[in-house]
Amino acid sequence: MNKLLVVSPSPHVHSGESTKRLMYNVVLALMPALVVSLYYFGVGALSVTLLSIVSCLVFEFLIQKFLLKVKPTISDGSAMVTGLILAFNLPSNLPWWIVIIGALVAIGVGKMSFGGLGRNPFNPALVGRVFLLISFPVQMTSWPLPNPLRMGGPDAVTGATPLSVVKEGLAKGELMSNISDQIPSHMELFMGAMGGSLGEVAAIALLIGFVWLLATRVITWHIPVSILTTIAVFTGILWFINPEANADPLFHLLTGGVMLGAVFMATDYATSPMHPKGMWVYGVGIGLITVIIRVWGAYPEGVSFAILIMNAFVPLINRYIKPSRFGEEVKHG
Amino acid sequence: MNMLKTFRKGGVHPPGYKFSAKKPVEVLPLPKQVVIPISQHIGAPAAPVVAKGDKVLVGQVIAKSAGFVSANIHSSVSGTVVSIGPALDASGYKKTAITISVEGDEWLPEIDRNATLKKDFSLSTEDIIAKINEAGIVGLGGAAFPSHVKLSVPKGKKADVLIINGVECEPYLTADHRLMLEKADELMVGTIILMKALGVKRALIGVENNKRDAIANLKQKASQYKGVEVQALKVKYPQGSEKQLIKALINREVPSGNLPIEVGAVVHNVGTAFAVYEAVQKNKPLVERVVTVTGKDIENASNFVVRIGTPISNLIDKVGMPEGTAKIVSGGPMMGKSLLSTDVPVAKGTSGVLLFSQNDAKRSEEQPSCIRCGKCVSACPMGLEPYLLIRLSQRNMLEKMEQEQILDCIECGSCTFACPANLPLLDYIRLGKTEVGAMVRNRKK
Repeated sequence: MNKLLVVSPSPHVHSGESTKRLMYNVVLALMPALVVSLYYFGVGALSVTLLSIVSCLVFEFLIQKFLLKVKPTISDGSAMVTGLILAFNLPSNLPWWIVIIGALVAIGVGKMSFGGLGRNPFNPALVGRVFLLISFPVQMTSWPLPNPLRMGGPDAVTGATPLSVVKEGLAKGELMSNISDQIPSHMELFMGAMGGSLGEVAAIALLIGFVWLLATRVITWHIPVSILTTIAVFTGILWFINPEANADPLFHLLTGGVMLGAVFMATDYATSPMHPKGMWVYGVGIGLITVIIRVWGAYPEGVSFAILIMNAFVPLINRYIKPSRFGEEVKHG
Repeated sequence: MNMLKTFRKGGVHPPGYKFSAKKPVEVLPLPKQVVIPISQHIGAPAAPVVAKGDKVLVGQVIAKSAGFVSANIHSSVSGTVVSIGPALDASGYKKTAITISVEGDEWLPEIDRNATLKKDFSLSTEDIIAKINEAGIVGLGGAAFPSHVKLSVPKGKKADVLIINGVECEPYLTADHRLMLEKADELMVGTIILMKALGVKRALIGVENNKRDAIANLKQKASQYKGVEVQALKVKYPQGSEKQLIKALINREVPSGNLPIEVGAVVHNVGTAFAVYEAVQKNKPLVERVVTVTGKDIENASNFVVRIGTPISNLIDKVGMPEGTAKIVSGGPMMGKSLLSTDVPVAKGTSGVLLFSQNDAKRSEEQPSCIRCGKCVSACPMGLEPYLLIRLSQRNMLEKMEQEQILDCIECGSCTFACPANLPLLDYIRLGKTEVGAMVRNRKK
């Protein structure tokens, strides 16, 4: 034989899994929530989303090409995911230039300044979101109320989110039984009929996305389940102690950024632990901090902060919480 | 249906591609010449006892075991020793081998070549082990560890179960599958002999559930023997690895750095059990084995009984090398070695020959950075963190790698298989293992 053979170390086969497939499956998993958002918030939701995605892609391209002078990798889908998730954390009536600033901070500060994909300690979309929340508190908290298919007239009416209604009510000393008249029913909350960031409202759509992520093996169940369980148990205890001074656990699970955060943001690969044991510690931490901020903190919502705080602990978790090694459980039959 | 057993931690599911599963084992015609390496096993190379020009018969010892962990090498053909010197083997290096030109097919007279089943269980433990040692039997699953060593239980340890490995979890390979279908009686006798050598009353034969015909066949045969059970296992790679198989079958974990005997188990491959039958009942040393020759583009993927030392090119010519073959692997696709040339001979540990086309020969050129998805950690059957080990290995941080138990890696390749970023995880882990292993050995001196 005169032709040279290819020689390489084993294994000689590969699963076919790729970064692109994983990222584009996240994009697909976010689509149901986008559809619901269009239904409630109209074209604004779409334009904010598209603008955010395009800005993220453009900033990543420019930074890689002209600052880092490396081959741009925007086709890997990760910048698109960041753009989508950033948009999902914004009100649908946010001025366009604020969206662009958010994308610049998310990609420029949150991701590329650390070296890009896989090297960033904090979730880039959340870095962008929190930057905007602190810099533009008014625009970032004027939430359009749901207006299905524009039936209630073309102008978006803004109002408070259910979480802030409850927070303010309780602060004024009102009882939960009175406040509950001013907030949507659990069913409405589940379907997403409330004010809020454009992608966070519909628990049902986000849960469909969760099932998709599990089915395509993009993520495992550990992080979402540990966060949701912790929030349910913690708020459940408070509610059990005094149901008039605390919202019920289901209300807490269905409102604000809990579903979006637990399924799509806390599970970001680079900023979450590498194996189930660490994931539980991280998820429980996010759940606890979220409830502490919601119940005792200054903000009505705490998911973003909770995730960012626990992101900071991920290197420690990876270092000190190891997967159980084979051979640790010695059993003699 | 009740849940099938498997090991718990990690593992992957590569596609099976068992093209040759329905092909009965054929005898490959004798080659013109065989090249028999003196090191086909783990341990010390055997010492040649023939010289150029000597006439040899099939089954004659041509190189003697050179230590406790070593194995005899026998001539697989009759003929004349042409040369003793370096020849390329599957490792890619030239190592000492004995080349014999084939003249006729004359066997040593004491070897019983009659195919009738023989069941003589009168031999003592010592005699059985001596016969296995004499016959040069090594683990035929691929690792080629001398079998008599595994049977010599160290003082203070006790085996209570023999495990026969019929898992064949590597994709493509079907040599063990065919053996379980065609030689089940011999396998059972081999198993009983191994039980006797170990002094155990129980033997478990583990077979993955993608070989239901083999499971049914073995179950029926096993019912005639006391203490032998056949256990169907859920399909998952690397279940054929000793530690994973023990975990799957009897739920015991071999502690880090220890051998299976630590938890009272000894594992032998089905091919080894068959070789033990032939050695103990028929006086036949290990001079041939079953090899699967297969590939996606081969229409005629088959299983052959091949004399040790036969050039792999003879096997390939028999099935026909497809146009565009770019890589040839000896063994399975997960742990096998890619060959430099088809002149490499079949050795005792050669379970298969795989032919890959250009498309399947190379790894993806695209290598984005690690996205920290944790799929390597989930895939590792030993509970290690490949993403961390590759970084430590790239920085040559030996102590840290040792702490992270790099020496526990069984090199199954599950991490590299699973990595979405196509990172060469196992390549670097192997490098690290070699360095850490050397460091540990120096420390002991």
